[in-house]
Amino acid sequence: MSDARYEHFPHGADVGVRGFGASPAEAFEQAALALTAAITDPQNVAAKDSAEIRCEGPDLEMLFVDFLNAVVYEMSVRGMVFGRYRVQIDGGRLSAVAHGERVDVARHSPAVEVKGATFTCLRVAQLPEGRWLAQCVVDV
Amino acid sequence: MDLGRLERESEHCWRIAPSGEMRVPGIIYGDEALVREMDEKVYEQVCNVATLPGIVRASYALPDAHWGYGFPIGGVAAFDPDEGGVVSAGGVGFDISCGVRTLHTGLTLADLEPKKKALADQLCRDVPAGVGSTGRIRLDDAEMDAMLEGGAQWAVERGYGEPADLERIEERGRMSGAAPQHVSERARARQRDQMGTLGSGNHYLEIQHVAEIFDDDIAAVFGLTRGAILATIHCGSRGLGHQIGTEYLRDMAAAAATHGIRLPDRELACAPIRSPIGEAYLGAMAAATNCALANRQIVMHLTRQAFARVLPSAKLTMLFDVSHNTCKPERHTVDGEEKLLYVHRKGATRALGPGHKSLPPELADVGQPVLVGGSMGTASYVLCGTAEAEGLSFSSSCHGAGRALSRHQAKRTWRGRQVVDDLAARGILVRSPSMHGVAEEAPGAYKNIHAVVDAAHRAGLSRKVARLEPVVCIKG
Repeated sequence: MSDARYEHFPHGADVGVRGFGASPAEAFEQAALALTAAITDPQNVAAKDSAEIRCEGPDLEMLFVDFLNAVVYEMSVRGMVFGRYRVQIDGGRLSAVAHGERVDVARHSPAVEVKGATFTCLRVAQLPEGRWLAQCVVDV
Repeated sequence: MDLGRLERESEHCWRIAPSGEMRVPGIIYGDEALVREMDEKVYEQVCNVATLPGIVRASYALPDAHWGYGFPIGGVAAFDPDEGGVVSAGGVGFDISCGVRTLHTGLTLADLEPKKKALADQLCRDVPAGVGSTGRIRLDDAEMDAMLEGGAQWAVERGYGEPADLERIEERGRMSGAAPQHVSERARARQRDQMGTLGSGNHYLEIQHVAEIFDDDIAAVFGLTRGAILATIHCGSRGLGHQIGTEYLRDMAAAAATHGIRLPDRELACAPIRSPIGEAYLGAMAAATNCALANRQIVMHLTRQAFARVLPSAKLTMLFDVSHNTCKPERHTVDGEEKLLYVHRKGATRALGPGHKSLPPELADVGQPVLVGGSMGTASYVLCGTAEAEGLSFSSSCHGAGRALSRHQAKRTWRGRQVVDDLAARGILVRSPSMHGVAEEAPGAYKNIHAVVDAAHRAGLSRKVARLEPVVCIKG
């Protein structure tokens, strides 16, 4: 678990999200936190409510983009922001639970709304030291 | 960008000779400094677009070009359906038909000054902006379909604005060919409560004054005089367009191989114009364009109401409305033959020259107003379409300054509150729900818009008419 973390990387007008973890699922969780961090500090998001996410993809990279897009969709239609993610990947299938709360403009001061995840700088891979990485650019 | 890889055709035109799988050359417009500052990724993306099937004449990058998704932002490419030409969801982008609408107010800087703060506060109350903001309009399924078919015309029929507004919008406010049946339930769900909202990021509503006139004759036709107050709205197709972009990007990337298309970058996801998925996308994209046009129409209506409360003598009328992320079927002459082409403009403005039959009669002699939005706190420009742009760029010009620093860098460099205070000291009032958002959009995070506009003018892509300076900015 100690290897799990997230970061942003620069891209022109937008934001790159990158997660590291002991497994693809954990790297996805961390990258989703990076997505949240583009909007607001994930630590300021209370886990009051949750949304279930399911998607399927032909490979881990497509699955990753689909997962992030599902997160964007659920935030948009529920008016929520998520601060914690639990992801399970079984072959080409992903199931996840995202925990969060309704956007509170005064408290969250949300910087941007994420429009969608892109294929730009898309990479899901196991690094030589064994950790997994999942990243792509999100359009804001 | 390494200038050594470019052939200099003229002072403001640079050519990338076709190599590898490029079907046409790349053409980049800009002065030496602008082109040198462009990311190497712009070079790569211009070349990648040049490999797509059915591309005509060249793959273009405009003076504000920067690294985008598949296509550069500030990219233009036209495709011939008779030559296997494609439509690309990546080439249009997520924020379909995001654009700028500028309004006359009939007021002068002197009229506004005593009411400036009251107007800023009223606009902030009346125009929903920022993450999670919702509009007051709820559309049921039938009304959603009517909106997707009707665009700004639908909005005017429902009481948001006046019929005369439509004359100054591309396609008279309604893009034909919309196919609401190709707009998914998820796209509709994202739009349900977002009609009449600005959104976030670089979207804004700005009150500006005309600070400088460059061309008196055209300015007179456009109705621009020094010191006049204008209102400019920058927003797009909201959640509906974003979801359509997301879905078709994925579907086109997955289907590319079945169409025999080899994508140098998945983000270039495209499909033949004459294919079921290509046709479905064009129908969905036209519907999203109508959503953007309806959205700007409603935001304009809310702006009018806010002005009426604070400055009842104001009369808000249209200068023009342009869209930046589009693919439009247009007729262009190529090698002496008129053809129907599908012109992609990704972060680029259509810029019709004088005499074009799509222009309203009162603009026909001079050309189309080209609205180039600045960043918060910096200038914006009104340009005018030229006849020569038809041959240079399929009648396209630049759309903005383009970012110089990433959001990440901007957030580390500036504090939102400080940016707001600095601008207030310069007489510019900023209202925003998010100080983080303000920091990311700090004026210093953008390139020099003057250099971009000068290059577009000198390259012949459009003519400078007027420079606008901000007075009030409502940031999403």
